[in-house]
Amino acid sequence: MRKVAVVGAGMTKFVRRALETGKELSWQAARMALESCELTIDDIDAVCLGTAPDSFDGVHMNGEYLSDGSGAWRKPFMRSYVGGGTGVFVPIQGWYHVASGLFDIVLVVAEEKMSSYYPHAQAAFLTIFDHTTERPLKPNLLWIFALEMNRYMQTYGITKAEIAHVAVKNKRNAADHPCALLGDPNLTVEDVLNSEVLAWPVNRLDVSPVSDGAVAVVLAVEHVATRITDKPVWIEGVGWNLDTAHWTNRDLAYPRYVEFAARMAYEMAGIKEPRREIHIVEPYDPFDYKELHHLEGLLLADRGKAPQMVVDGVTQRDGDLPVCPSGGLLGVGNPIAAAGLMKIAEIFWQLRGEAGARQVPGQPKRGLAQAWGDLMQVGTVVIMGR
Amino acid sequence: MHDRVAIIGVGWSGFRPVTPELSYKELIYEAAVKAYADANLDPRKDIESFVTVAEDFYEGTSIFDEYTPDQLGAVLKPVHTIGGDGLHGLATACMLILTGQFSVVAVEGHSKASNVKTLPQVIGYAQDPILNRPLRFNNHFIPGLDMNRYLFDTGTSLEQCASVIVKNRRNALVNPSAPYGADLTLEDVLSGEPTAWPLNSHQIAHHADGAIVIVLASADRVHSFTDKPVWVTGVGWCNDSPALENREWGEAIYAREAARMAFRQAGMLNPGRAIDFVEVDDVYGYKELQSLEAMGFFRRGEAGKATEEGFTHPDGELPVNVSGGSQGFGDLLDANGLARALEVVLQLRGEAGPRQLESVSTGLAQSWRGVPSASGAVVIMSGE
Repeated sequence: MRKVAVVGAGMTKFVRRALETGKELSWQAARMALESCELTIDDIDAVCLGTAPDSFDGVHMNGEYLSDGSGAWRKPFMRSYVGGGTGVFVPIQGWYHVASGLFDIVLVVAEEKMSSYYPHAQAAFLTIFDHTTERPLKPNLLWIFALEMNRYMQTYGITKAEIAHVAVKNKRNAADHPCALLGDPNLTVEDVLNSEVLAWPVNRLDVSPVSDGAVAVVLAVEHVATRITDKPVWIEGVGWNLDTAHWTNRDLAYPRYVEFAARMAYEMAGIKEPRREIHIVEPYDPFDYKELHHLEGLLLADRGKAPQMVVDGVTQRDGDLPVCPSGGLLGVGNPIAAAGLMKIAEIFWQLRGEAGARQVPGQPKRGLAQAWGDLMQVGTVVIMGR
Repeated sequence: MHDRVAIIGVGWSGFRPVTPELSYKELIYEAAVKAYADANLDPRKDIESFVTVAEDFYEGTSIFDEYTPDQLGAVLKPVHTIGGDGLHGLATACMLILTGQFSVVAVEGHSKASNVKTLPQVIGYAQDPILNRPLRFNNHFIPGLDMNRYLFDTGTSLEQCASVIVKNRRNALVNPSAPYGADLTLEDVLSGEPTAWPLNSHQIAHHADGAIVIVLASADRVHSFTDKPVWVTGVGWCNDSPALENREWGEAIYAREAARMAFRQAGMLNPGRAIDFVEVDDVYGYKELQSLEAMGFFRRGEAGKATEEGFTHPDGELPVNVSGGSQGFGDLLDANGLARALEVVLQLRGEAGPRQLESVSTGLAQSWRGVPSASGAVVIMSGE
């Protein structure tokens, strides 16, 4: 199989309300990614775009609308989506473009502009539910994740304070990220527990913020990548998995679709003992409990045991298994598709030793990024190594 | 890495103007069951990944990929959705197989256009929200402008455009899956109600409901499923400018570039000779002529004349849209491309019934994503 590497990355600031259009955000991220590896748009053979629901932007066929901003003028261009998992899926899409042998250099762009949905993007999520059985109940994402968080806590006897450690760690980590929206070096567990209750057990600081932003990475096939850079970061494994739409029939305590996606990626990367072979993890953390949930689904923690790892400091930047050294969605922000690709960019910078104040010590060799989405339904996993 | 990909099974449901007794899930289920039976496989055991094509606003559901796995037998499998035409989905399935990580992949596309109460308004939401939407263009106004420019540049006549409609709707009379077959005269077509001059109501395809599922496999697995594989020898796709302000009006550059990419892969130096028949975009009648010229089957301005003279009729030198095209089987939204690919497969297998072409071995399917896009895809298939 053709080896594929990430050779460049760029990202815009994540903000609550960008003045730029979605096209402009995409262009900014794409240009930074190209400049980071000294390529121009003429070097790009094809473009892959990730953006989550069209309803945020209120643009039908949003991929077509964003295509020129993403650099796809007169080029092969496709947009993929798997809901919230899109950000980590779109590099997988780039991977198969290159690994298939059809293209040598592919630009991967993820954009989200949630602020166009006025007054708040939360209302757009009403339309993700089944039109007959669920929409009449007017469900809201916070409520269904409150259900899931509650189920997780009840199944394993986990407390809200344990889970709040994740929000504290990530928002503190984000204080070192120049693009972050909600970094706070002084946040405490008490602050999280005392923040406003949105839908019990979810408090305001348990949730990532609605944001605008874009991220881009450049992928290249082996013989091209080694000419572009001395420090290519290889895509060693990819996995994705979609569970049934009938989420109400699912045991919410454990994300088996994440496990299936992870197993696919581990197998492809030849990883037998993920807890020893993965050095940095960027699991999807739109809510603080999700980071723990996903560490368990990724087989990096025993079921119900991830909270203890966070409390013990194992997942700190200088711990045994640094988790979300970027600051994650909780700290950097959550422009849905862009947030997932931000995790890929973070692993890229960390493995190259270019993460600045966020750099994980000990020259990590292999990292994993994961995203999740739809109706608590899809897992997407990418494993990268140098 | 796998080197060749073949289509091993096809299934479809429809196509019909309305399907009040079926949900989109039931349409897809019907198509999927037929495709899996055709490929002689069990989706849960044999299919390793699934690709679907859909757009949220057509479905009335955000992040529509949520609702794709159950009716396909794809639960807990690698499934993803492409916001593109069915041929983009087919190209994606080919790429997945060519990586060597997957051997059997299924593609699904559907239309439930009859469910959309406000389809013109929904399509209007695809226009640039800042620069174009405030001008309140009617959707047909954009292809109307494009057609006008095409006629002006190439000297193609309105009668020549109308002859496309006459041909395709007659072809549809012998396609049992096509609901819009009709025996029209040039005068009938030309006397349609004006929509956005030079377009009139008879040159715009009517919408239809339907679903198509296609199963593909790598060369080493093909023969464990079928003895009549149809090989995919080239895929190509391209986006021209999405902005109305700076695109090349009157030309289908997306079709030209997509076809060049596909010809290159198929190793075709003289596609006009190598390809026996084509299924092309004809959602607006003139698009058939414009796309044929863009792909190089005719010089600019000659496709209309060729159509008039019967060159593109089922018994002509280069049969075009033997299925009836979108004029005949209906505008299936993003499933249009898969409907064209389906026809190519049936013809190459010799299973097209009364509309079967004689001695065809290579066919091409091309599709466009509709107003206001300038994007499309091409797939070349061969029976050998």
